[in-house]
Amino acid sequence: MPFSLVDFLQALAAGILVGATYALMCVGLGIIFGAMRVINFAQGDFLMLGMYAAFYLATAGGLSAFLGPSGGPIIAAFLAGPIVFALGWLLHRFIVARVTGAGAAQTEGAGAYGQILTTLGISLILQNGGLIVFGSAPTGIRTPLSRSSWEIGDILLNQSRVVSFLVSVGLAVAVYLFLGHTRQGKALRAAADNSQAALYMGIDVDKAHRVAWSLGVGITAVAGGLVAGSQSFQPYTGFDFVIVMYAGVVLGGLGSILGAFWGGLVIGIVQQMSTLILPYQLQNTAIFVVFLLIIFLRPQGMFGRLSERT
Amino acid sequence: MSFSPAVKRQLWSIVGFAVAVLALMAFLQSDYFELVLTQVLLWAVMSLAWNILCGYSGYFSFGHAAFWGLGAYTVALGLIHFDLSPWLTIPAGAVVGGLAGALIGFPTFRLRGHYFALAMLAYPLATLYVFQWLGYQEIPLPMKREAPILYMQFADPRAYVALALGLLVVTLLISLKVENSRFGISLFAIKQNEPAAEAAGIDTWRWKMLALMLSGALAAMAGGLYAVVLLVVTPEAVFGMLVSAQALILALFGGVGSLWGPVIGAAVLVPLAEGLNAKLGDVLPGIQGVVYGVAIIAIILLAPEGVYWRIRDRFAGRLPEAVPMPAGGGAIPAMPRQVRSRMAGEDLLVLRDLGISFGGLRALDGVDLSVPEGGLYGIIGPNGAGKTTLFNVINGFLSPERGSISFAGESLVGLRPNQVCRKGIGRTFQVVRAFPRMTVLENVTAGAFVGAADDAEARYMAAAALDRVGLGARANALAGGLTNRELRLMELARALAPQPRLVLLDETLAGLGHDDLDAILGAIRQVSAQGVTVLIIEHTMQAMVQLVDHFDVLDHGRLIASGTPETVVRNSQVIEAYLGKKWAEQVAVAAK
Repeated sequence: MPFSLVDFLQALAAGILVGATYALMCVGLGIIFGAMRVINFAQGDFLMLGMYAAFYLATAGGLSAFLGPSGGPIIAAFLAGPIVFALGWLLHRFIVARVTGAGAAQTEGAGAYGQILTTLGISLILQNGGLIVFGSAPTGIRTPLSRSSWEIGDILLNQSRVVSFLVSVGLAVAVYLFLGHTRQGKALRAAADNSQAALYMGIDVDKAHRVAWSLGVGITAVAGGLVAGSQSFQPYTGFDFVIVMYAGVVLGGLGSILGAFWGGLVIGIVQQMSTLILPYQLQNTAIFVVFLLIIFLRPQGMFGRLSERT
Repeated sequence: MSFSPAVKRQLWSIVGFAVAVLALMAFLQSDYFELVLTQVLLWAVMSLAWNILCGYSGYFSFGHAAFWGLGAYTVALGLIHFDLSPWLTIPAGAVVGGLAGALIGFPTFRLRGHYFALAMLAYPLATLYVFQWLGYQEIPLPMKREAPILYMQFADPRAYVALALGLLVVTLLISLKVENSRFGISLFAIKQNEPAAEAAGIDTWRWKMLALMLSGALAAMAGGLYAVVLLVVTPEAVFGMLVSAQALILALFGGVGSLWGPVIGAAVLVPLAEGLNAKLGDVLPGIQGVVYGVAIIAIILLAPEGVYWRIRDRFAGRLPEAVPMPAGGGAIPAMPRQVRSRMAGEDLLVLRDLGISFGGLRALDGVDLSVPEGGLYGIIGPNGAGKTTLFNVINGFLSPERGSISFAGESLVGLRPNQVCRKGIGRTFQVVRAFPRMTVLENVTAGAFVGAADDAEARYMAAAALDRVGLGARANALAGGLTNRELRLMELARALAPQPRLVLLDETLAGLGHDDLDAILGAIRQVSAQGVTVLIIEHTMQAMVQLVDHFDVLDHGRLIASGTPETVVRNSQVIEAYLGKKWAEQVAVAAK
């Protein structure tokens, strides 16, 4: 074997910790895809906005100064959620809603052409707008957590990643409970399962979509804020994560929130484990290979279902 | 060669377009504008290549950069390592692109819809990292001063415009040919209803693969020429997401599935992006991307289906022009095209012990059935009895877990639906599966390809089939606008067009009013009288009793009764299946 047991466990631990944050991003994307069946290319850019929102809250906003350099960035990541949620709400209200929902279903390709172009357009605007506003220099949130570790035996656990892991899992559980047990959450799931039937049942499908879209980008932004504590970023960073997110969501099964979580986790583990046997540059190639393997062997994903009738 | 008027007009449009580009080329004074023009033409080729797969067949690709990049690297590496001229390596790139299409398509066409689109996203990006890792970070193409023309290196930028225009004209001609042939009709049919296309005898797998390979080859050639023009190749620039996105943005913007849409998209957006870059890029980096994004969104809010369709809808309406009916004077061709070695009355379709289950549900449980040649057989059964499953097993949508199916002495088990159709079995669907954006004649022609030697014969056979069901007058109407009765008749004609020996009719009578019912019953009787064996399933007894000469009753996946209509309707098991145990007892009492 080209690596030792300790290396293996180290990579596994890192994979699980990183994977939980990926899982949270995937949950965000999964909510949007599940409810609206829209492929959102701008998801990575909302993630990037989350990073910058957390960065400015922690630094210029004074959260790091006020709450301490360890706690401040975590709270900042949380607060990035509502900010991006609000932006998502506006974008859906004025742009996205016009190419999705009941009206779009009548056009050819169920409106997919317009939707893809629209999210690509939003992505271009956010990326390049980010370049104008934030500049192109890579930046990062400085937190003492990212430079210190806890030791369990020979395994080192990066403190920043451990905290991100806990926050991610906690937030994912909260989202899961929201969808399963609140009125709005149920409306959202009904709209996702069969928007026509939901409409007849008196559910405001348009509003359910808006909630799903805003919640989805908001949650992904929180994940972005968490990632920002342990790696540097710039306005084009988002795209790297689009691949991670779609791989995770497809892996879990398109449309399944639970599946999106586990899919994201698996992607994190694969990415970290691949560094054991592959050069660093190929770790994303490893993700694609696993992604392709899974969709060929089990195209419905881990938690999805196939349904087609003749 | 003779062309239809529509094709002739398109050919003249292509000629006119080429002349206009050449005039523009002569008129432009600066090298920079010639370069932009070259880029417009090459991106139009790329977008058209994307359109051949995605516009026609509806299989969206987010990863066409894979082909573009392979074409570019074939040129760059060929020149550096083997001193090969782009005159050779651009065509070689087409071969590489075509092979890559086959390699990618083979596993990926098992997927559909969003899954296919997202899987395609992975190929160029995975390749990108591999090329980075291999150390091909940035490859400048060496200048060949001793023999520049031999290496496609021209001092005059207009030479590149001419080359790109040549490639674009070839691509336009190929697209036009595809659109107006069995290839294109098969792809349109796949886009609109893939299972129906497969059941109508279209080898969907083969056409999709060919489309991807052709698309990959053209995209690779565009990528190769692009490398020659720009003189430098980097993995990010040729395999990056921007390339894939650009290909689809241009086509979506201009109008998907049209010949001119991708060209319009390239002609508007490429200069816009380039101009913004040049004018604003230095002042405020990023502003060009913002303006580009805003422009895309603004236009898509105004014309969600693309510029071309919007313009066409405004000026021409969406109805296609009247296609002249094929010659033949409506004469119905002699029926028996296939050699019939068997006698009427001999068993044509024989099922033995057929079984399939879904999870714990036994949908079919040991079905034995023999349908004689020329018979008009009916299978009835309540909802959920397994009727449609039986048809799906016979025509190849599902594979039986046990048992045998033989048709004219040959086993059908393991064949795909289009192969079953080729053997001479047509079918219709419970919910009509039309190709709504095609005319009635095109719908039926799609079904006739199986039995026709060439496209003209297919058209002729389709027209004949339409006459047989009495729908000849509606041949040029769009299928999306038909009434329920016309749709049913059209589907029947589609099944009959290749002159099958057996047709499977799946609840063709369901939900019809009285007059409609009579019309369709008449059509079915006529089909049967012409010697085609008919197997029809229904859940209502009434109409069936009038129609068929033999009944089988299916319940819970088993055949519970068989015989002439008169005997079957008195069978107590049948009454129980339909009306419950209580009724069966009462009838039994009354009979005594």
